[in-house]
Amino acid sequence: MPEQIRRILGKHGRSPDELIPILQDVQVVFGYLGEPEVKAISRYLRISENQIYGVSSFYAQFRFTEPGRHGIKVCLGTACHVRGGGTLLDSLEHGLGIHCGETTEDKRFDVDRVACLGCCALSPVVQIDRDIYSRMTVNKLTELLKNYE
Amino acid sequence: MNKLTKKIDSAKSKWEKLKDNREPIVYIGAASCGRAAGALDLKEAAKTFFDENKQSARVIEVGCIGPCYLEPLVDIKMPGQPRVSYNNVNAKTLQMILKSHFLNGEPHKKLALGHFGTDDFDGIPRFYDLPMLKPQVRIVLRNCGLIDPEEIDQYLAVDGYKGFMKALKSTPEDVIATVRQAGLRGRGGAGFPTFRKWTVCRESQGEQKYLICNADEGDPGAFMNRSLIESDPHAVLEGMLIAGYAIGASKGIVYIRAEYPLAIERLKRAIGQMREYGLLGKNILGSDFSFEIKIKEGAGAFVCGEETALIGSIEGKRGMPRSRPPFPAIAGLFGAPTIINNVETLGTLPNILRNGAEWYTRFGKEGNRGTKTFSLVGKIRRPGLIEVQLGTTLREIIFDIGGGVQKPFKAIQTGGPSGGCLSEEFLDLTVDYESLASAGSIMGSGGLIVMDEDTCIVDLAKYFLDFTQKESCGKCVPCRVGTKHILEILQKITSGEGTPDDLLALRTLGDTIKKGALCGLGQTAPNPVLTTLRYFRNEYLEHIKDHRCRATVCKPLIEYRVIKEKCTGCQSCVRVCPTGAITGPRSEPHNLDASKCIKCRSCYEVCRYEAIAGDAIVIRTAEIKS
Repeated sequence: MPEQIRRILGKHGRSPDELIPILQDVQVVFGYLGEPEVKAISRYLRISENQIYGVSSFYAQFRFTEPGRHGIKVCLGTACHVRGGGTLLDSLEHGLGIHCGETTEDKRFDVDRVACLGCCALSPVVQIDRDIYSRMTVNKLTELLKNYE
Repeated sequence: MNKLTKKIDSAKSKWEKLKDNREPIVYIGAASCGRAAGALDLKEAAKTFFDENKQSARVIEVGCIGPCYLEPLVDIKMPGQPRVSYNNVNAKTLQMILKSHFLNGEPHKKLALGHFGTDDFDGIPRFYDLPMLKPQVRIVLRNCGLIDPEEIDQYLAVDGYKGFMKALKSTPEDVIATVRQAGLRGRGGAGFPTFRKWTVCRESQGEQKYLICNADEGDPGAFMNRSLIESDPHAVLEGMLIAGYAIGASKGIVYIRAEYPLAIERLKRAIGQMREYGLLGKNILGSDFSFEIKIKEGAGAFVCGEETALIGSIEGKRGMPRSRPPFPAIAGLFGAPTIINNVETLGTLPNILRNGAEWYTRFGKEGNRGTKTFSLVGKIRRPGLIEVQLGTTLREIIFDIGGGVQKPFKAIQTGGPSGGCLSEEFLDLTVDYESLASAGSIMGSGGLIVMDEDTCIVDLAKYFLDFTQKESCGKCVPCRVGTKHILEILQKITSGEGTPDDLLALRTLGDTIKKGALCGLGQTAPNPVLTTLRYFRNEYLEHIKDHRCRATVCKPLIEYRVIKEKCTGCQSCVRVCPTGAITGPRSEPHNLDASKCIKCRSCYEVCRYEAIAGDAIVIRTAEIKS
């Protein structure tokens, strides 16, 4: 078993309620849930890979494909929606040529929607990596992306 | 207990020194929203200023005081002067403010927003007299923005953990009786009396009992819990100690959204400090009460705000609700008696225990005691986090606190995607559990979204159903199939392809889902549609009969046009158009090719903001063949 996954598993017990925390740790380290990792978790917790897929596909947080170098999250909470969050997402998808949950071919960006980032008073907001940008417009977003390579 | 008393004394004297400071203090509002508005850059800029000008000051990051539209907020407390608050600070104004205070020795009167002193100060108004703050009653939020959330000492100095110590001196039954007398109802949305749930759990058999703090704030448009945890984590944790003691639990779990990294970080730090101070672990403060708190991060599923789904998620399963009874208070987490309380409910407890039940009943109205926090957002002048007494009218909240709406008011959505959309005639409705329910809405966890005439009601209903449909766990048919069906009808209507029969179908579907769904998510999911159908029927009919969206939101029903007489030919829109739909030489009116236009709004924005542009691009109802 590769060192990285061994280290993650070592931090957790073997009871089934450890599954989600383990998956979360794996995603932090690897960026997504890959097949070898899921196999290792399956052996460690003694639950089937199917069950793991069942749980992980239920939650929005987990992804099964490699993310881009920069993750863009467009907030589509209610406040952002009434202030044009949907339009931001549309034009972003159009500009990058991908859909929500996908990664650009050059692996530069991946795009996702989130239900709410909790910065409703500064809506619409977009999160790029760990930075949250407030009061976005379509044009500001286009300019902003130039800063991320 | 002795050890803690000593720590409290030292905390108090530290606090006095902070209040009576010899060294200047700069407070920066650095909760998530402050950070999004650039608070951390200001912190760096302030440090640079002090280095360059050979000045020194303490820089403290505090949480959110509420008026988010004023972010970033910076407060300056010079020795011997009250704390002065400045709003919407940027790099340039920060320089001016610091210069004024540190080099000229006086506040920057023009930029100052308010001060926290008791007396008049240089003509600057008192912060709490500001129109947004004055009508509010701050109980849960009493420390937010005022203390450093990362310092347990500051919490102790403002009577933190006093409520818990009082609880420890009485029996669990007395604690439950106090909460009963106070009339506290669950702040997660349903308003179930807290004491009743507790009593069931207290009386349940079982060695191990659990207390879960529900911080899975999934309502889009609500951030009260996030702000409270980020700004005053110890208040919530103290509430957990009190609740744990009352029900006889020895294990507490905070179930919190992973999307709130700062809140999680602050909770972890606060839990560490509690342990250090002997407020967690075995035999807390020499009593028989032992308690541990663990954090579980949610993985992004709205339905996990529902009690039984939340329990499933902690157990490592898909977060799907199960039918009740048995209620979690009897058989919950791992089959043990479990109480799940909302963040705000827990944050209220220390205040009730500290000040007594009688004190708490002075706020609110009969049957709806106390206060409630709301996140007031949308098309409002002063959005932010507020706390008001139950029984306040929507009008007071929107117009007195929120400062009203820029364009004519259209509607307010209470209770997030599970709530209803109320029209102007309900403005004098009082905000309490029963009144809101009678209007077809719910209190919910506290999101208030204000809409003006630029919001399309049908599009909004579609938005909420799109959300609940995606978040439906799929276990029961009414919710899984029903919400999908409603959504499809709404999509049809917003595309101009609806028929009058669709409205009847929406009613029937909505009523069926409400009656048939397994859990709260499904039972409340049709509320946005049913209330908008009731109060805004005309707008639905306009979409269906006239193919018209009066708010110019629904894309298939609108088109972008260039008003030739207004166009200055500045080419700003040509540059931003992603599809090359706009063309035209400089200084001549431009052409917009509707077949290429994807209605992305770029040109519209540019045409409004660029100085040389002439507001020439308009969005209007498209000519559609009927």
